[in-house]
Amino acid sequence: MTQQEWPLWEVFIRSKQGLDHKHVGSLHAADAAMAVQNARDVYTRRLEGVSIWVVESKHIHASNPDDAEAFFDPAADKVYRHPTFYEVPDSIKHM
Amino acid sequence: MLTQDFTNATATSATEPSLLFPFVLQLADTSLILAHRLSEWCGHGPILEQDLAMANIALDLLGEARSYYQYAAELEGKGRTEDDLAYLRSAVEYRNPLLVEQPNGDFAHTVVRQFLFDNYHYHLLKALKDGPDTHLAGIAEKSFKEAAYHLKWSSEWIIRLGDGTAESWQRLDKAIAALWRFAGELTTPAPAETALQEIGVVPDYATLLPAMQAYAAQVLAEATVPEPTAVFAQQGGKIGRHSEHLGYLLSELQYMQRTYPGMTW
Repeated sequence: MTQQEWPLWEVFIRSKQGLDHKHVGSLHAADAAMAVQNARDVYTRRLEGVSIWVVESKHIHASNPDDAEAFFDPAADKVYRHPTFYEVPDSIKHM
Repeated sequence: MLTQDFTNATATSATEPSLLFPFVLQLADTSLILAHRLSEWCGHGPILEQDLAMANIALDLLGEARSYYQYAAELEGKGRTEDDLAYLRSAVEYRNPLLVEQPNGDFAHTVVRQFLFDNYHYHLLKALKDGPDTHLAGIAEKSFKEAAYHLKWSSEWIIRLGDGTAESWQRLDKAIAALWRFAGELTTPAPAETALQEIGVVPDYATLLPAMQAYAAQVLAEATVPEPTAVFAQQGGKIGRHSEHLGYLLSELQYMQRTYPGMTW
């Protein structure tokens, strides 16, 4: 028996037509085809989805938690970036 | 191309129940026994994801078996329930083909057993769902989608094992040598099936074989394993002559009902 572990994959499931794929968890598989099939068996047993995406975990690059302050705090006091300071003409509906 | 035609079918849902009963029971036993075998992997699978995959297939087959047992109980009309049929018959009364009672062995044995069954099951259901017995057609219609997935699963594993490492190739080759002899019984009609084939309720298995054989040959070729030739077909299960394995299996499967008759939970 080879001791080599199968790579880890992240699984994204879309629950209904038109909604986005949401991260639901991870699993091991030898390749993409097996990962999709494993995802079907592990994550859609209770009618959770209509579509599956998988991506090998090593291809996901994340921000470093240590950078959180520098990355995200500066946006806290810049409310003017929200498009809420415009007068919406009465004739524009459904805004 | 599968061209099963039921034009000579004289029967509808009103097929003589005593003719239909043994066949429906055979389908029920077949799915139940294979479901039990697969469930033996639960907690022992080679990897979590495949542990779950086999449990899923087992549950599909168990659900299918229940539908058949309920229908069989109705056809028999003697007041027996699905549980009576599943839990309170002895090994010689079981009508499943020998293939499905064969032990799990290693993963390759389980995959080969599943592949031989799935290839037959898929093509049988494909024909039965258009058959003249509406109740049977209804069960087949629902189970056909599940069988299509099972066949995809087992085919892909045959290919992965065959086209994998030297060891996986060897194990697959061994499993094929051990189990191919049980494939013939699946499409060799027992008396109960012949009677129904004559009135067009069950497809003539000769019409299923070309598609089954072509598919198996294609998968084995992709798996780079040779297909066994001139295999003697072991049979007997469908008329109650079983291998020793079934007795052990049933003693575990039936333990609770035998020990605590009528228990529910």
